[in-house]
Amino acid sequence: MIYFLLLLFILFAGSRTIYVIYSVHKITRKSVAKCFRPLRTAIIIGSGGHTTEMLKLLQNLNPRNYSPRIYIMASTDTSSEVKIHQTENNSFSRNGSPCYEIVTIPRSRSVGQAYITSVFTTFFASFASLPVMLKKRPELIICNGPGTCIPICVVAFLMRVLCITNSKIVFVESICRVKTLSLSGKILLLFADKVLVQWPKLHEVYRRTTYIGRLT
Amino acid sequence: MAPGHVLATVGTTKFDLFISTLCCQKVLQVLQARGYTSLTMQIGHGMIVPPSGLIYGVQVEYFRFKDSLAEDMQRADLIISHAGAGSCLEALGARKPLLVVINEDLMNNHQMELAQQLHEDGYVQYTTCTHLEHALQHMDIQTLKPFPTVDPHKFTDFLDSIFGFENRK
Repeated sequence: MIYFLLLLFILFAGSRTIYVIYSVHKITRKSVAKCFRPLRTAIIIGSGGHTTEMLKLLQNLNPRNYSPRIYIMASTDTSSEVKIHQTENNSFSRNGSPCYEIVTIPRSRSVGQAYITSVFTTFFASFASLPVMLKKRPELIICNGPGTCIPICVVAFLMRVLCITNSKIVFVESICRVKTLSLSGKILLLFADKVLVQWPKLHEVYRRTTYIGRLT
Repeated sequence: MAPGHVLATVGTTKFDLFISTLCCQKVLQVLQARGYTSLTMQIGHGMIVPPSGLIYGVQVEYFRFKDSLAEDMQRADLIISHAGAGSCLEALGARKPLLVVINEDLMNNHQMELAQQLHEDGYVQYTTCTHLEHALQHMDIQTLKPFPTVDPHKFTDFLDSIFGFENRK
């Protein structure tokens, strides 16, 4: 009986995985219905330049459409926190009380860490981000690399496979990337709904990406 | 010609060879000869502490970090920067002539891609520490193209469109 249920679950998860990957790849051509209520939005904060780039991207975000905003960042990052508060207070607090919070998760890969050990740390970080993701259930995840976003996106993908939430992932490749996608970008080509690149050359190489010009 | 001010920046990292090259006699003399009479260096975590004061006709000063380089950039007539994307884009955004100095130790680092592309497109000059003196001597800032500005609404409009929110006006 248990084996039968297990088999059933594997079949279900397998077909859902294929379906989710299919729908992620199909959305590029499908127009989306009008949305009238705010989206729970997770914004994945990297560090240093990535943070600055992300906040610059979001400077004109309509806070009423994307609310509440959950900033998820690596636990080793402190200066980003200041910048987030600044952006929220300066740009988003026009109408009433600001609706955002900052949560931290462990870092999945330090700069220069070997790929083989980062498989384990990513696994650990995915596990650690599970409670946050289950609690907040973001409907939209915006990320621009680096490693921090992978565990979140993996969890979001699994939650989508298991029909827990339907989080859409929008990944913006850094403007530094002119000819090659970052590791995060390459991984997210598989399961992000939109991968935006900022140089035409990159779009020529990876046709699934979207190029609408420079963004930052 | 009015005396020019130079800002050198290494961003959030360190780049000792760059700082020590900048402070050597030949480079300072070239700066002075080209009409730059003051130099401010942002040296980050660097181990090499540059001298300060009037050296070879150039008023030299340095600091490690500041919350924002915006003011220093505004004051500068020429910015000499490491190849980091943040520094390069900030300098271009401030509409200042930019000379990018590549760190050859990080040659295959993807950070170089952007600086190389910006150079190919004619927005920045591009050199290495070894050739810094030569580059300064022959640099013609008139040939640099102005960097196009970006519509700050582009990304958020894109998000609104894929999620079906009413666009702003």
